[in-house]
Amino acid sequence: MDIFYDFGRYCQLLYQAIRSSTEVKTYYKNFVSEMIKTGYDSLPIVMLAGAFTGAVLTIQTSYQLVSPVIPKSTIGAIVVQSIVIELAAVISGLVLAGRVGARIATELGTMRVSEQIDAIESMGFNSISFLVVPRVLASFVMFPVLYIAAASCGIGGGALAGVISGQLPAAEFLKGGREYFLAWDVVFGLTKAVVFGFVITSISCFKGYYATGGAEGVGKATTNAAVLSCIYILLSDLLLAAILL
Amino acid sequence: MIEIKNLKKSFGNNLVWENVNLTIPDGQTLAIIGKSGCGKSVLMKHINALLTPDSGTVTVDGKNVHELSYVDLRILRQRFGFLFQGAALFDSISAFENVAFPLRYFTKWPEEKIQRRVMECLEMVNLENIGDKGTAELSGGMRKRVGLARAIVLEPDYLMYDEPTSGLDPETSDEINDLIIHMSDNLNITSIVVTHDMHSVLRISDYAAFLDEQKLSWYGTIDEMRVAKHERLKSFTKASEYQID
Repeated sequence: MDIFYDFGRYCQLLYQAIRSSTEVKTYYKNFVSEMIKTGYDSLPIVMLAGAFTGAVLTIQTSYQLVSPVIPKSTIGAIVVQSIVIELAAVISGLVLAGRVGARIATELGTMRVSEQIDAIESMGFNSISFLVVPRVLASFVMFPVLYIAAASCGIGGGALAGVISGQLPAAEFLKGGREYFLAWDVVFGLTKAVVFGFVITSISCFKGYYATGGAEGVGKATTNAAVLSCIYILLSDLLLAAILL
Repeated sequence: MIEIKNLKKSFGNNLVWENVNLTIPDGQTLAIIGKSGCGKSVLMKHINALLTPDSGTVTVDGKNVHELSYVDLRILRQRFGFLFQGAALFDSISAFENVAFPLRYFTKWPEEKIQRRVMECLEMVNLENIGDKGTAELSGGMRKRVGLARAIVLEPDYLMYDEPTSGLDPETSDEINDLIIHMSDNLNITSIVVTHDMHSVLRISDYAAFLDEQKLSWYGTIDEMRVAKHERLKSFTKASEYQID
């Protein structure tokens, strides 16, 4: 029953967030700062994760494709497509579930248990418009940007790993990547980024906003936010693949 | 004037209180007293509709606060100042900005006027030299005083204090009590104070409401409280360091 109760409250929070999204004056300052915290501050970890994923993927694909009849450029094609369609979005999503999701749940949870959310409401603010809307909206803008950064670094890291390991020159890698490149793959990747951003920020806002029970409650909310975000990223990944591919 | 009629509140299966009837005349100070966990803060949070009752009504100047539209409720809440138990200062901004916060969102005042009003409020609570100190750098007493300055910055008609002297040394408690008396006398604000501190109750209040055994057990003026024959009230006040006789 708790699952249905929580789902109901989650839907209610989203409904109220949509209704209050017209109150731009209340949240535009937070929206800008959230874009910096969610996007700019997350760039290094997302780029690092993307680069290493691309590098490892290149080395492992080279290891698996040992046939002399398969051209080396195929490695580039496999790595680039895998990164653009799947890995850049999912790896950065999972990393951001920890980084962004945990931050949001902790911030809102602490505000809840220290009565800061009550203070916002008691002053006459709409706390959902003030706290939830800017965080979710910032994810819509910044997650695609982070996806592009992760994908670019993944392709760069893959090409570099190919050169350093002596498996294939960068030109060969990029030639393979271009050969099988489809613009739709990027659209698909960007769609995933937006959905994952929404999943992470909305779940984390929900867990933080309704946190109870002091420090322990905030810790629990943070853990739940990170774990649930990861689970729902994987579920929505499967769902998007089934629907859009 | 605030009127509470037949109010009942429970959380799940736990009844907090029922049949609560109270009237708080304009310009007067009401102290809500009772044992820890008897629902004093819960009662106060019903007055500006931070919580919703199971049944009963709370009217402010003839308007049922729980039937107001969201916009009207927010306008009403701006007429209330609320000093939370832990002050509920926003820790991401400085003490000065905490006080300026409602003005920046609810007025179109120029920066100079906002700064002047903030300084005025900080002077009122003897914190004119607080500068740009972060809230983490403030002592408990200073936090409460900044919270009080924030509560009065919009010149509210009603002020609500949740345990204003808890956790403070006797001298700082007296300073806070003096401030409450000053607000009530000089600004003609109607005040509601939740407290255990009988010394404060006797100094600052005109009326007292005693919550006990899940109901409003006793209600009257402070002079009436001094001679009340109510056994549980007498027992509660005698347990205090400051006896009323």
